[in-house]
Amino acid sequence: MNLLIKNGHIIDPSQGIDGKGDLVIENNRIKEISLAQKGRRNAEGKLSWLQGFRTIDASGLHVLPGLIDIHTHMREPGFEYKETIKTGTMAAVKGGFTSVCTMPNTNPVNDNSSVTDFIIRKAIQEGECTVYPIGAITKGQRGEELAEMGIMYAEGCVAFSDDGRPVMSSLVMRRALEYSRAFNVPIISHCEDLNLSEGGVMNEGLLSVTLGLRGVPPEAEEAMVGRDIALAGLAKGRLHIAHVSTAGSVRLIREAKARGIQVTAETCPHYFSITEKEVEGYNTNAKVNPPLRRQEDVDALKEGLKDGTIDVIATDHAPHHRDEKLREFDQAPSGISGIETAIGISLRLVEHGVLTLAQLVEKMAKNPAVILGLDKGSLKPGADADITILDLNKEYGVDPGKFVSKGKNTPFEGWMLKGMPVITICKGRVHE
Amino acid sequence: MKLSSKDLLGIKDLSKDEIMLVLDTASGFKDVLRRDIKKVPALRGKTAVNLFFEPSTRTKTSFELAEKRLSLDVVNFAVTTSSVVKGESIIDTALNVQALGAEFMVIRHPSSGVPHLVSTHIHASVINAGDGINEHPTQALLDAFTMKEKTGRLEGLIVAIVGDVLHSRVAKSDCYLLTKFGAEVRLIGPPTLVPLEMQSVGVRVFHDMEEGLRDTDVVMMLRIQMERQGRGFFPSTLEYARYWGLTTERLSMAKKDAIVMHPGPMNRGVEIVSEIADSPRSVILEQVTNGLAVRMAVLYLLAGMKE
Repeated sequence: MNLLIKNGHIIDPSQGIDGKGDLVIENNRIKEISLAQKGRRNAEGKLSWLQGFRTIDASGLHVLPGLIDIHTHMREPGFEYKETIKTGTMAAVKGGFTSVCTMPNTNPVNDNSSVTDFIIRKAIQEGECTVYPIGAITKGQRGEELAEMGIMYAEGCVAFSDDGRPVMSSLVMRRALEYSRAFNVPIISHCEDLNLSEGGVMNEGLLSVTLGLRGVPPEAEEAMVGRDIALAGLAKGRLHIAHVSTAGSVRLIREAKARGIQVTAETCPHYFSITEKEVEGYNTNAKVNPPLRRQEDVDALKEGLKDGTIDVIATDHAPHHRDEKLREFDQAPSGISGIETAIGISLRLVEHGVLTLAQLVEKMAKNPAVILGLDKGSLKPGADADITILDLNKEYGVDPGKFVSKGKNTPFEGWMLKGMPVITICKGRVHE
Repeated sequence: MKLSSKDLLGIKDLSKDEIMLVLDTASGFKDVLRRDIKKVPALRGKTAVNLFFEPSTRTKTSFELAEKRLSLDVVNFAVTTSSVVKGESIIDTALNVQALGAEFMVIRHPSSGVPHLVSTHIHASVINAGDGINEHPTQALLDAFTMKEKTGRLEGLIVAIVGDVLHSRVAKSDCYLLTKFGAEVRLIGPPTLVPLEMQSVGVRVFHDMEEGLRDTDVVMMLRIQMERQGRGFFPSTLEYARYWGLTTERLSMAKKDAIVMHPGPMNRGVEIVSEIADSPRSVILEQVTNGLAVRMAVLYLLAGMKE
């Protein structure tokens, strides 16, 4: 596909671009960007060979490198009733994402290269955007023996994680952080001390006592963030901390970065936007792991995003079937279907002055690519034509009935958001 | 006056006036229970279903008798033989029971919030007979009824609740009720079993039992669940009893006419010694009798609410 996107406001932190201009795509790759300057004509006028290119008028719109979600659950293989690679990537594209990284807690677990291969093939056949598998750290995510990381890496895994089932053995985690250095891939840690969080279904505090629900103290996360930082220092490995939810974790990561530990971190829209109060009325759509916390945690996460302690905004898109959520709070599965609301909610950070739009693009495109070593997240010439075009003025209400994802489980139902992806281009293919 | 909701889900949601209405109505039913013929035709032709998803003897029996005294048709839904073990969802179970024509659903469930979940899906009245570690509202109402009957008041009363507050839905409902009426509530127990968060609902926390019992009007002992032993909450029942068991010496710290309560079932020799349990100061069996009157009042008032 050859394409000219003209008159858009182009933001590409990887090249320090933030201004009006035109973007040329040839053979599904970025050909060039020409920024509008006084006394100089734009690409369309300058280049006669653009005749015959499809033209998208992006006047009044923002043109960004395609967003990358470092943390999703596409649920396939094994849980196709919750989501499939097809529906999940359709939802991703609607949410402005051109690449998603899918966690290994499928059935069977992505702990060997056949499952990795299945996911990659399925994504090529049916996926609407690029899918990067994340392999399991340990066989069966049991936390005991290392999975064949090297073979899975060769097959296409871009990182390793036992997401949802933290590696409780410090020794196994040390080995994982050491061994993964051979392939220069990060270990993504779901930080939760299972002994401390046992039986917990929401944040621990007055509200959990009031609702009679068992709590997970913030310290269950922080104890493991502290441990994993120590182990990353010992093993000299690359640690990426998933879905940071507490003020204490932000402090620990900030301090570790200052000491030069190779640690990066992500948080999710729900952790910096809403609190444990959403659980009131036993709302299972607000049940998520780690649990929604308090206002002081929300504030600390925003501060961490602002000062760069938190590198990435991920969705932790965790679709579930309606029937699974429509049950006893302590029996319902954890997770939020978040891939279609992530950008709209994250743009509130820009509106409230926490981040500039360019910083938001760093956290949702550039940084995930850098952390995973992907040739993505940039509009530099030669890169895949992965582009997200945003209309920052478009206002809309969140209606889970209109989600493309099979998972309608969101605590944001009825929220009014401003700013929506109007066109998502994946490797030159235009989704409008 | 009427109740404001079709359901009784918890004490949290009730106003003082609603609680007083239940207690006053229960007095009337207590008179009925003293008669030779203890049955009234108040709710004849209506149906109550008791859905107990957790083992229970006294609460279930109490509800069943209360229902029968009001001439309700009563069905006990036995969970172990039901479709629940076949994987039916709680909402489907409730809808099926409603389709059979039940006007009242009395629910006990190990998960907190289940009566709330069910109540939003059905139009029958839901009565919470204990949900998880959340609330047990009829127990708190019968406790308040008993305290008021014995001491003549709730306001200004000093009530000590001793034991496993953390896992006790009774203690929580009692706290909500008593603080609404201006009673002073003291929670006493080991730090592992008394959540400090409760202080923000206006109660005081003590770990020293003698200190906590000083000048109390009511001493409410909670059952120590044997299954907590070995799970790290306390080292042994022997040690527990030594520090937080109610003995005659400890009870002497309370007011001379203080009453002793227990929601049952008791572990004699652990949280309470027999000398006290069987003494005139113990109102434990009267709590059981009052429970019947209070549950009749709740059913009766909820029926009126829907007319």
